[in-house]
Amino acid sequence: MLSYLILVLLLLILAGFALGHRKALAVGATSDVRMHSLAGYHGWYVAALVGIPSFVLVLLWLLFQGPVVDWLLIGSLPKEGVDGLDKGQLDLLISQIKSVAAGNIFGDPDAVVLEAADRYNRWNTIADWALFVLAVAVALAGIALAQQRISARFRARNTVELVMSGLMIACSLIAILTTFGIVASLLYESLRFFDKVSVAEFLTGLNWEPQIPIREGQVTAGGAFGAIPVFAGTLLIALIAMVVATPIGLFAAVYLTEYASSKFRSVIKPLLEILAGIPTVVYGFFAVLTVAPAIRNIGQAMGFEIAPNSAFAAGAVMGIMLIPFISSLSDDAIASVPQSMRDGSYALGATKGETITKVLLPSALPGIMGGVLLAASRAIGETMIVVMAAGIIASLTFNPFEPVTTVTVQIMTLLTGDTEFDNPKTLAAFALGLVLFLSTLVLNIIALRIVQKYREQYE
Amino acid sequence: MNDQSKAFTMEMDKSGSVASDTVMNPHKVTSRKVSVFYGLKQALFDIDLDIPDRAVMALIGPSGCGKSTFLRCLNRMNDTIPDCRVTGEIKVDGRDVHDPDLDVVELRGRVGMVFQKPNPFPKSIFENIAYGPRIHGLARSKSDLEEIVISSLEKAGLLSEVKDRIHEPGTGLSGGQQQRLCIARAIAVNPELILMDEPCSALDPIATAKVEELIDELKKNYCIVIVTHSMQQAARVSQRTAFFHLGILVEEGSTADIFTNPTDKRTQDYITGRFG
Ligand SMILES: Nc1ncnc2c1ncn2[C@@H]1O[C@H](COP(=O)(O)OP(=O)(O)OP(=O)(O)O)[C@@H](O)[C@H]1O
Ligand SMILES: [Mg+2]
Repeated sequence: MLSYLILVLLLLILAGFALGHRKALAVGATSDVRMHSLAGYHGWYVAALVGIPSFVLVLLWLLFQGPVVDWLLIGSLPKEGVDGLDKGQLDLLISQIKSVAAGNIFGDPDAVVLEAADRYNRWNTIADWALFVLAVAVALAGIALAQQRISARFRARNTVELVMSGLMIACSLIAILTTFGIVASLLYESLRFFDKVSVAEFLTGLNWEPQIPIREGQVTAGGAFGAIPVFAGTLLIALIAMVVATPIGLFAAVYLTEYASSKFRSVIKPLLEILAGIPTVVYGFFAVLTVAPAIRNIGQAMGFEIAPNSAFAAGAVMGIMLIPFISSLSDDAIASVPQSMRDGSYALGATKGETITKVLLPSALPGIMGGVLLAASRAIGETMIVVMAAGIIASLTFNPFEPVTTVTVQIMTLLTGDTEFDNPKTLAAFALGLVLFLSTLVLNIIALRIVQKYREQYE
Repeated sequence: MNDQSKAFTMEMDKSGSVASDTVMNPHKVTSRKVSVFYGLKQALFDIDLDIPDRAVMALIGPSGCGKSTFLRCLNRMNDTIPDCRVTGEIKVDGRDVHDPDLDVVELRGRVGMVFQKPNPFPKSIFENIAYGPRIHGLARSKSDLEEIVISSLEKAGLLSEVKDRIHEPGTGLSGGQQQRLCIARAIAVNPELILMDEPCSALDPIATAKVEELIDELKKNYCIVIVTHSMQQAARVSQRTAFFHLGILVEEGSTADIFTNPTDKRTQDYITGRFG
């Protein structure tokens, strides 16, 4: 039903455009003043007046149809059946009615339910048809109204531009509102968590054992929510990753911009960027199946016992994943240092190395920093490689050859499996998420600031 | 050598009126059959040009005739342009610049260059000038370095304007000041030969006058080659002038001669403004 409606509306929009276009041409041919706007703008004007109100109507209708029908449904249930039910039971009843209405009948529902399901279906059908008729009517009214306004003096172009900018604002609002929604839900759930566990314990505790019993009789530890080991693990792995990625990425960028021939560069640069496109699961495999055993063997050969899961394996592989972030942004930054800077330096008798270290890198530093910070926020947010290669056990250690865990990995393990949304174990995930969000936000703001400063440099 | 001495005597004959010091000075640069190719395109054809020491040589000619290209041959800046090929012989102080034993870094230390567009590094005024002396190890101590910086600024006529903001970014100066900063940067490494590619093209008359004054001052100790589009400037600052056209060196001689009785029709047309 809905898909037909949308199809019809799209056709009407097309028709509106064609009609508007034709009418504008006709008006232009007969009128003795020059048309203010091109015929195309008149067409778009009609199309906008057809499309926007009808689609807004459909959207609002769909938003409210469900709740309104539910509310009617509850109202229509026999009093004696509903009274005395608490909210949970009522929800259960409603969902039973809905599943019967959808044709999934389990067992032997009683007559009241069957009847209600019937009513539910009928009302929905009525609502669908009402929407169809109403939306088409609105669209047709739009065509009629807009057609009337087409004249030589009518400023269709300005109106269309206004509508376009309105649409763009709406799109950016959607993005912003989504962010706000995410932050709000994080904050709300985190506050609930901090009701149960104090902020001080969460931020300073040294013990992270979130496995508290969620069913009676389950045998687990008592539960401890000191997040320091998790933060420490995150920092350790991110640090290892950055120590691997920064020099390699930077040197690769310097090589590509200053030493490589342009032919070589045009082949290598995209190849390097492919690294960024490999799914992290694949990196995880690589870490677990190749890097970790190799590290282990090397360790054994030298007489160390190295755990199969280690921060080092995860961090090193993550570093490889981050190379293209750093190399690509540094490459752009170095390449955008004007040629005149290089000429100035060479003409003074500087060698290539001096030119790179004393002129190019300092000039490109803000851009390079931007790349490094972007990579750092990726490192902090990375999950898959860590789950696979570093483990999920939170231990407070700075030995890179022991298993550690990170914030994102903990969020994932806390939210998978048996979950109950008012349990501190689950809520802890939101608190971790909040910390993660805030720290990457700060990193991103710093990166943005630096990049902005960089933009002003050569103007 | 024979050629050269003949040129000398010819000059002596032709221009008794030219200040004798310009003629007597030995040649700082000699070029023989210099051709330059950008890829397949030839930009300079067999240039034979001698440049006297302690004097100013002006290179003039219509746009695209190869003046900058020739200038860049002298400190081998053409090396930095991919697909650029230079043939022929260029000697600075009697030494072939293409000699494999010659260190290009050392050559560029002796041959300074000022570009058409001021290109200070995004560093402080002090650091801009200290850059060259640092990489060449010219200063033994911090106070040495400061002295070099101050005296270079002084010579470039910039000191009074910037003395209280010597640690502020060089990019914050006006265009004319930036150009003089670049000149100061070039002379800070004590080059013997200074190449200037249209150093005044972005400057107002006052800044231009200052730069010209500076050139006059510098020519007492240095050999200067300047590319310019301004006939008046060439006449004002140079002792010798070379006219290039379509990659060919059409005519070279004392500035007075070139401007008063050029031998070639093309030179005459150019300096009287009939083309170019
Ligand atoms: N990097 C380059 N690659 C290819 N061709 C070049 C390059 N630089 C210069 N040329 C060509 O060589 C010729 C001489 O250029 P050059 O820059 O030496 O001219 P110019 O006399 O300095 O001109 P102007 O007075 O406009 O600065 C021109 O035809 C130009 O197109
Ligand atoms: Mg030029």
